[in-house]
Amino acid sequence: MKRSLSGGIPTRRNTELALLVLAVALGMLAYAQVSLATDGRLPHSFWIVGAGMGLLVLIAHITLRLRAPYADPILLPAVVLLNLLGLTMIHRLDIADAQRAVRNGTKPPALEVYAQLTWTTLAVFLFIAVVFVVRDHRRLQRFTYISMLLGIGLLLSPLTPGIGATINGATLWLRVAGFSFQPAELAKVMLTIFFAGYLVMKRDSLAIVRAKVLGVGIPRGRDLGPLVVIWFASLGTLFFEHDVGIAALFFGLFVALLYVATERRGWLVIGFIMFLLGGGLAYAAFGHVAVRFEIWWNPWAHQATTGYQLVQSLFALASGGLTGAGLGQGYPQLVPFAKSDFITAAIGEELGLTGLMAILVLYAIIVERGLRTAIASRDPFGTLLAAGLSFVTALQVFLVVGGVTRLIPLTGLTTPFLAAGGSSLIVNWMIIALLLRISDRNRRPQDIAKTPDESLTQVIRL
Amino acid sequence: MSELALTLLRFGFLALLWIFVIFTVIVLRRDLRAPRDSSVAKALTAPGVPPAQVSAVIGTEGRSWRRSNRKVAKGQATKLVVVEGELAGTVVPLDQAPVTIGRAADATLVLEDDYVSSRHTRLFLSDGHWLVEDLDSTNGTWIGKTRITTATVVPLGEQLRIGRTIIELRK
Repeated sequence: MKRSLSGGIPTRRNTELALLVLAVALGMLAYAQVSLATDGRLPHSFWIVGAGMGLLVLIAHITLRLRAPYADPILLPAVVLLNLLGLTMIHRLDIADAQRAVRNGTKPPALEVYAQLTWTTLAVFLFIAVVFVVRDHRRLQRFTYISMLLGIGLLLSPLTPGIGATINGATLWLRVAGFSFQPAELAKVMLTIFFAGYLVMKRDSLAIVRAKVLGVGIPRGRDLGPLVVIWFASLGTLFFEHDVGIAALFFGLFVALLYVATERRGWLVIGFIMFLLGGGLAYAAFGHVAVRFEIWWNPWAHQATTGYQLVQSLFALASGGLTGAGLGQGYPQLVPFAKSDFITAAIGEELGLTGLMAILVLYAIIVERGLRTAIASRDPFGTLLAAGLSFVTALQVFLVVGGVTRLIPLTGLTTPFLAAGGSSLIVNWMIIALLLRISDRNRRPQDIAKTPDESLTQVIRL
Repeated sequence: MSELALTLLRFGFLALLWIFVIFTVIVLRRDLRAPRDSSVAKALTAPGVPPAQVSAVIGTEGRSWRRSNRKVAKGQATKLVVVEGELAGTVVPLDQAPVTIGRAADATLVLEDDYVSSRHTRLFLSDGHWLVEDLDSTNGTWIGKTRITTATVVPLGEQLRIGRTIIELRK
């Protein structure tokens, strides 16, 4: 392993390179498999696509070598592999859609894989930009309140008449000049920065315990203020934008960060109770939440109507079985929205439980690396930021995969790195860039030379 | 493409996918086992907080900002109290992490005192005892009337003088 010049701490960049080569090779193997199964031969552009992907990944890797040499070696390869598998799956579903159009004699739909390829390229370049621009994550702490305003603004922006758009019942999109963007994704990062910065300032008063109930310290009533505000804000998003996932995500994020900042389990208990309360309220007040719950509780009663999607997803997972139908050999297109919300069902069908588990383990590894970065961070802001970013990714994967596999009611979030959708891809790559930035800071040997004013110390005669 | 070849590809891909996962886990494990940075390096660099925030003292910075004192043995000092000096009354909670004292902004306890060197002294836990070590400071670190020359055990309640500041370890 390459050793750095100062301090002898290995940079681990060569480990990263080796893993990246494997990740790209795996992505290309998946692409080849799809082509061979559906077309019987490799596409003309196979090697060009491979070289392009390799080049893109190489640029990201070189950026890390130059700008964040001590960063974590696992995050980038894991993310690259997930992204490539997502691209392959979208390509595979494009083929299925085209075949269906030919059979039905309709016009073939536009290929979504090109859009996703463009977004991936853009996401990697933004990742590089974040690594370059954010030299020190602690600078982000200065933007605590600006982040809050931006975050809330972004969350509310789809309500603006003219550019806000309602797709499939949820008002979550901004549409400008043909491009649609989901601002809540970016709000995720902004609000994590805000929560982290805010809690660094307030954690001491928030940790004060008033009373103990069943061995759990309950914080003082007046400290509940921020939690109540976030709770109302989450319900507000749910009310105005009809999206359960985003509301659950932000509330969960805030409660988790409260816990990390104060180490008081009381917050988790209170947060959970408030979550149940909010869920109950939403169930009673909003029709679409009740519908989602009903589909989850009893999908078979609605299999021809509202529950169709979930039932198809369960069929897909079942037909995938242990080892899957093989890439390009299943019928993942039968699940509506297989490219975006239900991509895990498509993967479960073609790669089986074995493949889906590998992907879930990859997510677990990404989250583990993020949380380890949080633990190793030398400053509280870095700890909270890294913990928040990892937790929000973990929670999002849980909500999506849990929804698709009918563990919990469907929420309609995107699967990070896999699902079709530019905003999600870009923002998740930015999250990884921030985590790498913090982890680089943690391991970078610091200059321990004495400060120049050492000689100015005055002498006391005793 | 024959059926057999496709089946081989299918299983080969799943195997490779798991090989990738196993590789990452190996890297991850090696990372967990890797020795932590030496305690000296950590003590000198521990709390990397922007200087502006540390102008007075922030005992809750760095690693010790987390309220964990689970591993501290009974009868062991759990806090460092400033008895005399500009920061009198300040309490720094102790856990496993070493504590640096000095004028430098990155010290755990920052003393704004011209008689204190940038990196003046260091307290660290060894075999369940807190030891104090002078970091080659100009005015020295004193336990009572004696100037310490090597790492010395700090008994509970004993006064430790650094420049114009006196600190004590307490339970």
